Amino acid sequence: MSAGQFRSVFDIIGPVMIGPSSSHTAGAARIGKIMRELFGEQPDSVDILLYESFAKTYRGHGTDIALVGGLLNMAPDDERLAGSLKLAHDAGIEIAFIPKDEPADHPNTVVMRLNKGDHKEVMTGISIGGGNIEITDVNGYPVTISAGVPTFVIKHQADSTFNKTIMDTLAQDGIKVAVSRTSESQNTAELLSVVEVDQPTAGKATDKLTVLPFVNAITFLN
Amino acid sequence: MFKTIEELVALANEKGSVAEAMIQLEMEVSKASREDIIKHMQKNRDVMMKSIQRGTAGVKSVTGLTGGDAPKMNAYLESGKFLSGESVLKAVRNAVAVNEVNAEMGLICANPTAGSAGVAAGVLGAAVEDLNLTDEQQTDFLFTAGAFGLVIANNASISGAAGGCQAEVGSASAMAAAALVAVNGGTPEQSAQAIAIGLKNMMGLICDPVAGLVEVPCVKRNALGASQAYITADMALAGITSVIPPDEVVIAMGKVGEQMPSAFKETAEGGLADTPTGRRLAKEIFG
Repeated sequence: MSAGQFRSVFDIIGPVMIGPSSSHTAGAARIGKIMRELFGEQPDSVDILLYESFAKTYRGHGTDIALVGGLLNMAPDDERLAGSLKLAHDAGIEIAFIPKDEPADHPNTVVMRLNKGDHKEVMTGISIGGGNIEITDVNGYPVTISAGVPTFVIKHQADSTFNKTIMDTLAQDGIKVAVSRTSESQNTAELLSVVEVDQPTAGKATDKLTVLPFVNAITFLN
Repeated sequence: MFKTIEELVALANEKGSVAEAMIQLEMEVSKASREDIIKHMQKNRDVMMKSIQRGTAGVKSVTGLTGGDAPKMNAYLESGKFLSGESVLKAVRNAVAVNEVNAEMGLICANPTAGSAGVAAGVLGAAVEDLNLTDEQQTDFLFTAGAFGLVIANNASISGAAGGCQAEVGSASAMAAAALVAVNGGTPEQSAQAIAIGLKNMMGLICDPVAGLVEVPCVKRNALGASQAYITADMALAGITSVIPPDEVVIAMGKVGEQMPSAFKETAEGGLADTPTGRRLAKEIFG
């Protein structure tokens, strides 16, 4: 553990969450919610592939319930979480849990295949402790998306001015870019960029970014 | 930012209290207003108190391994016939209640983790009842616990997977003791001594959850961690000090965590998880 990693008193006294485990429950709900937001609409069927510790203990820890709660847009402190499996069933979402035997890079790994008609996406998430998570793969793009930091996820065409244009556009609203990472996929020429910014209200700039010529799609996560 | 307990105590002496030092640092780090920070902490406190009430009324976990001990402790307290002090037993009842709510997928406030959420909340609940703490004293309790918790988290660990149960219930018990000292008029230095005394007695405690679940032995360890916080606070308020300075105790706890075999760090491979009954329960629950 690197020194000085914890900075806020609420990293210690908090978060408020549904039990029983910050990594297996709160983290799982966050993963589900971020994947749902990246997917952009309510899926009609989801395959949930669980690896290592997630595969072994998902029932007892409520990891299954939390992942599905997240898919229904519930936060880790949503008291409806415990009833998420029934709520998903009532909403007509088909869910399959598939515990896998093969190893993964991280002990708490989940892969979700989300489908809505022809719209199909595959994402990987890991729960890294204390309710903190990372999305590590979106449709074959290796990424690092953490919950809790205001972030734009942008699908776009290759363009040498990408970083500068994004920075200048956000600067009009007084928003600063903290980190921007672009990744490539083997399947398509389209690029995926994860742009972390300094303000939770940065979502207001989404419209300005959407109309940029090289941008294909954009999601703001907060 | 204070990096050590020594720095925290010095800052607290300058600002008036550990809680005040923590609030001012939080304003600097988060850029939020004092009012918003205190409101956030009040909300966390409210969640803690609600989880105590809910657990004391009686809950049952998803697996059926835990639940129902908080009402037993409550009835025992109400009988008026018991051996140790009333405040200590209230803290024990509250700690059990919070962790039973955690295990049944109820709403809790992690402090410092979900698995150790009963300790500081349980002690605070008892102190609110028996010491008539004001609203401000209640949040000061939590800011004090959080300030010492930050030092422990940054210099050792608060994660069972990284440092064993000494890092979770051990840290929680020491944090609660330090906070209890503060709201009882103790000095920042006495709070620091409570951290040292509390952590020393938990040093080496392994994390060995049956079936890998946050239930057995977590609920009862929270109860005893809360009771230890009361005794620790009394020792520090009596003027007893630790021969090994608080910062050295924290570093030692972190080192013990690193040296601890992984079988004792939340992997459910050792200790109570590796008993015949622990193995049988794991098989019954997960097949």
